[in-house]
Amino acid sequence: MNHRAIRAIYLFEMARTWRTLLQSIVSPVVSTSLYFVVFGAAIGSRISQVEGVSYGTFIVPGLIMLSVLTQSIANASFGIYFPKFTGTIYEILSAPISYFEIVLGYVGAAATKSIILGLIILATAGLFVPLHIHHPVWMLTFLVLTAVTFSLFGFIIGIWADGFEKLQMIPMLVVTPLTFLGGSFYSIDMLPTGWRTVALLNPVVYLVSGFRWSFYEIADVSVSVSVGMTLAFLVICLIVIWWIFRTGYRLKN
Amino acid sequence: MSSIISVANLSKTYGPGFKALKNVNLDIKRGEIFALLGPNGAGKTTLISIICGIANPSEGKVLVGGEDIQASYRKARSLIGLVPQELHTDAFESVWATVSFSRGLFGKPKNPAHIEKVLKDLSLWDKKDNKIITLSGGMKRRVMIAKALSHEPQILFLDEPTAGVDVELRKGMWEVVRGLQQSGVTIILTTHYIEEAEEMADRIGVINKGEIVLVEDKTTLMRKLGKKRLTLHLQNKISSLPESLAHYELDLCDSGATLVYDYDTKGERTGITSLLSDLRNAGIRFNDLDTTQSSLEDIFVDLVRTS
Repeated sequence: MNHRAIRAIYLFEMARTWRTLLQSIVSPVVSTSLYFVVFGAAIGSRISQVEGVSYGTFIVPGLIMLSVLTQSIANASFGIYFPKFTGTIYEILSAPISYFEIVLGYVGAAATKSIILGLIILATAGLFVPLHIHHPVWMLTFLVLTAVTFSLFGFIIGIWADGFEKLQMIPMLVVTPLTFLGGSFYSIDMLPTGWRTVALLNPVVYLVSGFRWSFYEIADVSVSVSVGMTLAFLVICLIVIWWIFRTGYRLKN
Repeated sequence: MSSIISVANLSKTYGPGFKALKNVNLDIKRGEIFALLGPNGAGKTTLISIICGIANPSEGKVLVGGEDIQASYRKARSLIGLVPQELHTDAFESVWATVSFSRGLFGKPKNPAHIEKVLKDLSLWDKKDNKIITLSGGMKRRVMIAKALSHEPQILFLDEPTAGVDVELRKGMWEVVRGLQQSGVTIILTTHYIEEAEEMADRIGVINKGEIVLVEDKTTLMRKLGKKRLTLHLQNKISSLPESLAHYELDLCDSGATLVYDYDTKGERTGITSLLSDLRNAGIRFNDLDTTQSSLEDIFVDLVRTS
C-alpha cells in the first residue's frame, strides 16, 4: 500500500477546500440558514407538528442530507474531473499507485469535506430549533455512509464527464429533484397513496428516512431497509469504479 | 551496457483501426541519453505514455528496470520521472507544494533537502512560494521537470522539453540534462530540433507512422553525416563510363551530363585527387563542380519519406 500517495492526494484535495473556504463551507451554511428561515419560520409556523415533532425540527435531517448528498457529488466529481481537464491527471496515472489508493485519496477527501459540512449544518440548525439525537452512533453511521457512497457516485460522474456541462447535468437534473422529492421537507406518509408508491422508487427516501430515524425515531421505511438500500448503492458504485479502472474508461484511452 | 527499458512487439490501436504503434521493439541502455525523433503524429508520445502507464498497450510487453509495466507497475513506475509535452500544471498551488506533492505520490518520504536541491538546480528556488499561475511558460516547464525529479527517478522522460523555450533557457536545460546523466539518470527525450538530438544524444531513434525506422549510435549517424557529394558538370555528354573509373562507383545523371561522386570526409582519403586525375586521363572534361553535405535533417527527412 502506497500510503504516502493516498495521504498526498487526500491533503491536496483538502488544501483545495481550505483555499475555497467561502465556497466549500460558508455558502452551504448560508443556504441552509435560508431554508430554515423560509421553511422553518415562514411555512413551518402554519404547519402543525409532523409525527410529533415540530416542522422546523422535522426538516433538519433532510436538510443535512440535502447538503451532504449534493456536496459529496460536487466535491468528488470536481476533484477528479479537474485534473482530467487541466491534464495533471498524467501524474496520477504514471505514479506507482493502485486504483484503490487513488479512489481512497479522492473519495476520502470528498467524503471528509461533506461530513464536516453536515456537522456544521447540524450545529447551525441547533441555533434555530431544539434538537435531540436519539441514536448518535447511527446518525454518524448514516452520515458517513451517505457521504462515502455519494462521493463514489460523484467520482464516477467526474470520470464520465468530458465537459463542464456533463459535470453539472446529473447533479442538477437527477440528484436535486430526487432530493427534493425524497422526503427532505415532508414525510412521504403525507403523500397520496399513488405518489407514495412512486416515492418509494426514489433511493433518497431511504437515506433521509434512516437519517431522520436516528434523530427522532420516526421513519417512512424500516431502518434495516434504509441501511440495506444505502449499502446496495455503495456496492453498485464500487463495481462501476472497479470497471472504470479495469477498462481505463475515459482515463487511459 | 544493460537495458533499463526493453520494449517488445508493442502495438497500440486507437478506436477502430488506427494503429498508433506497430510492433515496436526498442531497448534503452542504462545511463544513456536517447533521442527519439519523428514527425508530428509519429507515435512518440503514445510510446512514452504506454511506458509510463498513462495509456494501455494493445499488444506487446514493456520492461522497466527488469519489471513488467503491468504486472509490477509499482516497481516499474517508481523508477520513472515524466515530463509531458503539454504544460499540465496546477494553477493555485505553490511551486514547493506541487513538487512535494509529486514526491508523496511516488511514495517517497519527505525530503526537503532534495526538493531544495532540485529547485535550486532548475533556478526555481526564489519562486518556491509563488503560485504556479503567476509563472512564465519557461518556468512552468521547469516546475514540471522539478516534479518529475522530485522522487529521484532513475529514468527521465522529456517529451519535447524545449518546445517554445528560448535559446538561453534551452541551453540551460541541456546543462541540467547533462548533469542528470552524470549522476546516473537515463534520459529519453523527444524533440523536433535535430540540433538538440545532435548536441545531446548518445543514440538516436527515428519513429514514423508508428514504426521504429532507425536506431543508431549518434557517432555512426555522424559518420553518415560526414558523407559529401561531389557533382561534376561535364563539357560533353557521355553515354557510359570508362572501365578505369568503375571503382569510384560514380553515378551518371542528367542523360550523361553530370557525374556524381559520394565520398567520406572523415575517411583517410577522399579519393577526389585521384578521381580528378583519372578523369583527365580518360579525356572527360568538366566546366563546373559543386559539393553538398547531407545533414541529420536530410537523413531524417529521407527516412521519414521513404518509410
